[in-house]
Amino acid sequence: MLQGWVVVTVSLAYLGILFAIAYFADRRADAGRSVIANPTVYALSLAVYCTTWTFYGSVGRAAATGIGFLPIYLGPTLMLALGWFMLHKMVRVAKANRITSIADFVASRYGKSQLLGGLVTIIAVVGVVPYIALQLKAVSNSFSIIVNAPEIVMPAVEGTVPLLQDSALYVAILLAAFTILFGTRHLDATERHEGMVAAIAFESVVKLVAFLAVGIFVTFGIHDGFGEIFDRAQEVERLAALTVTPDTASSYGSWAALTFLSMLSVLLLPRQFQIAVVENVNEQHVRRAVWLFPLYLFLINIFVLPIALGGLLHFSDGGVDADTFVLTLPMAHGQEALALLVFIGGLSAATGMVIVETIALSTMVCNDLVMPALLRWSAQRLHARHDLSGLLLEIRRWAIAVILMLGYLYFRIAGEAYALVSIGLISFAAVAQFAPAVIGGLYWKGGTRSGALAGLLAGFAVWTYTLLLPSFAKSGWLPADFMTHGLFGIELLRPQQLFGLTGLNEITHCLIWSLLANLGGYLGVSLLRVPDARELRQANLFVDAFHERGGQASWRGGARAADLLPLAGRFLGPERARDAFVRYARSRGFDSIEQLPADSDLVHFAEGLLAGAIGSASARVIVASVVQEEALGLDEVMNILDEASQIRTYSRELEEKSRQLERATAELRAANERLRELDRMKDDFISTVTHELRTPLTSIRAFSEMLHSDPRMELAERERFLGIIVGETERLSRLINQILDLAKLESGRADLTGVEVDLCDVVHESAETLGQLFREKQVALDIRPATQACRVMADRDRLVQVMLNLLSNAVKFVAPHTGRVAVGILARGEEVEVEVADNGAGIRPQEQESIFEKFHQGGQDMLTDKPKGTGLGLPISRRIVEHFGGRLWVESEPGQGARFKFTLPRLAGDN
Amino acid sequence: MNRSRLTAQRLAALFLLGCALFNYPLLALFNRSGEVFGIPLLYAFLFGGWILLIALMAWTIERSRKD
Repeated sequence: MLQGWVVVTVSLAYLGILFAIAYFADRRADAGRSVIANPTVYALSLAVYCTTWTFYGSVGRAAATGIGFLPIYLGPTLMLALGWFMLHKMVRVAKANRITSIADFVASRYGKSQLLGGLVTIIAVVGVVPYIALQLKAVSNSFSIIVNAPEIVMPAVEGTVPLLQDSALYVAILLAAFTILFGTRHLDATERHEGMVAAIAFESVVKLVAFLAVGIFVTFGIHDGFGEIFDRAQEVERLAALTVTPDTASSYGSWAALTFLSMLSVLLLPRQFQIAVVENVNEQHVRRAVWLFPLYLFLINIFVLPIALGGLLHFSDGGVDADTFVLTLPMAHGQEALALLVFIGGLSAATGMVIVETIALSTMVCNDLVMPALLRWSAQRLHARHDLSGLLLEIRRWAIAVILMLGYLYFRIAGEAYALVSIGLISFAAVAQFAPAVIGGLYWKGGTRSGALAGLLAGFAVWTYTLLLPSFAKSGWLPADFMTHGLFGIELLRPQQLFGLTGLNEITHCLIWSLLANLGGYLGVSLLRVPDARELRQANLFVDAFHERGGQASWRGGARAADLLPLAGRFLGPERARDAFVRYARSRGFDSIEQLPADSDLVHFAEGLLAGAIGSASARVIVASVVQEEALGLDEVMNILDEASQIRTYSRELEEKSRQLERATAELRAANERLRELDRMKDDFISTVTHELRTPLTSIRAFSEMLHSDPRMELAERERFLGIIVGETERLSRLINQILDLAKLESGRADLTGVEVDLCDVVHESAETLGQLFREKQVALDIRPATQACRVMADRDRLVQVMLNLLSNAVKFVAPHTGRVAVGILARGEEVEVEVADNGAGIRPQEQESIFEKFHQGGQDMLTDKPKGTGLGLPISRRIVEHFGGRLWVESEPGQGARFKFTLPRLAGDN
Repeated sequence: MNRSRLTAQRLAALFLLGCALFNYPLLALFNRSGEVFGIPLLYAFLFGGWILLIALMAWTIERSRKD
């Protein structure tokens, strides 16, 4: 006989055990021998995911939709497969940034925005209230059932019971008191609760054992194993249908939607975030959780369908709510001890959830809602208090009480309209709204504060309209009109067939529209502008969590420990703050706090310390009040962040510059060489010119002196001397003329005008001019005229000069009497070629080019010959020919004579 | 470094495997009446696939710890 007082006593004893475990774990933690620094404890504490929803509700869900309860547990399994990416990264980020809650996480990611933190808190509180109501409903129902044992009496319909006789109210009050005692005994700088985690891990074991006990009892005690239950179920058509899922698109769609929803929830529910991220002791613990937590889910689900089928077979009249089968089946078979174990299991599932959830929410409410408001509107009164840690605890206690009362209120209003699982799914859909901001923020640097705000607001609004308000309407607390006819009578705005989308269940429907609005707002608004400096800095801390150590660049300028310590002391309590500062000073190698330099590292430490107590957004505001900081400009942050890429760019530029420099150097060197060469040539030229000029001058002077000094010189002798003087003078003036000519040609100042000239005329004219010379020396001149017109564009007088030079050279180098000179003109394609061939001694190969150099005299090796020219004729000729686009060269072999040839471009139209 | 990246890739592949196993159309193949050792086909498929996935995840991540 289970009387009320027995149940209450056992329950209180159980809560007492929890308290003892928490106390013990806290003591061990203070002693530095943490019991939760263990991967198995971490994985077990994650099982706070399994609440009374799992414990009682899954069976109810399975009794209604068969295998459809399962996606809620497959989703987390899949998410944990990604845990090594995502959860691991969240833990890393949270540790590096002293994140205390999911609101803090979002606020911190988007530039430590208080507004964003507040919004996330509101969404979390509103979204999770139905979930808390679910726990109250489950515990109060199971209590009212078990106290009536062995009779099975379904609890009265909610709302019909007077308030003061409602067991749910007492459950709520009891849970609030317990949580307050449990979770807010002291304020921790890191917002971690070792004792709580230890108790939660213990509770996870209790609820698993209790559920497995019922499962084994039903499967192997009442029935004869799995096969027998399923066989019996196959005989009943309605039950046989539960082993499959309806083969329709909407059924598979809702299956996928629930899987997806639970994937997100296992990370984003405030309590999951608290346990998985904030309370994580060592990120390596994630490893074991990756498989151990899914294994836990697997075990706790094996018996769900057998229990549901067993319940439906036993209570075939339908008088018993399937949500209570876990409890009522043992009772119906007189297993009172088992029933009590089940009740305790359910209680542990509920307390676990309520404790962690409300502690997480109260932290958020305090840090992200109340503190910012206090800081803004009553900073004066805040200043008057020296120790604010008491105030913080008080705020949290009140937050816990208010949240539980809200849960109770929702339970009174809407609790009866839904089964357990349906209530929970409303909360799941609410926290799914955090996904774009959180997951996007972890992997995409472009998200901005306004984008996150827009996405969250849009998603939350759609969720409220399509899921929360309808849940009130279904309970009769809102007029049902807007459900059936839409808001303002507009059919398209019907909340659960929004814009005419039908054929989906309400959760899938809400999920599609809210995430669409959320993602659209997040991406669309984020892409309107580039992130500002602070957003970008936080984005880098989050997205590159695995690559970079947290930058220390957020604070410039420092503050003295004497200013920061009292500040921290006011929020943490003076003792705790002093301890933390002393530890910090020692870690930096100083003996006391007073020796700490007033630098940005110290400010960073103080901010982190405060962030643990009041959240990163508030901590920033508070620390900013004492730090003499120049704001960090966008440019500077960009500089710091892009340092690596800039260095890369610089080094590329440097390489490019050095290559350019090398090229320029090479060019300069070449130019320099050329200059020196030219300089040398100029020196050579000048020395040659002066030498050449001095030779005739010397001879003129010598003969003039002789004439001058000897007045009695014979006339014949005198005339011979005068003749030599005249000849040398002519040679001198010719030489000077040619030097001037060459200088003009070389500098390009020569006055050469191109007109049509017939080369044949030029050749004949030149030959006539030199006819006398040829006849004197008895040298034969043979001219082979061209067969075609040989007109070129050139300066006629200059061409004559070239021909005269070539012909006179030829005459000079052939022997008298036997010498022959032949001139040929040949029109060949585009050019005209003139050849002057002689039968003289020829020119040695090594001399064939040097004869075109200035002052080079051909045939100088013949000592007997004295120079017959100025040595400038050929260079001048070559210049002239080249000026008109032609070439001048010599072909010769010693003993075979020489053939001087030049070409000029032929005038078009002569072919 | 390479080793841990391999682990991460294996886990991502297991995630994709799970997504494929627990969704349409593979789900639809087993969504019919029928039994394996007295267990309904869909139930056996889901729980069998599930425990297989967990085993693979455990094997993958625990193996990487030794390196």
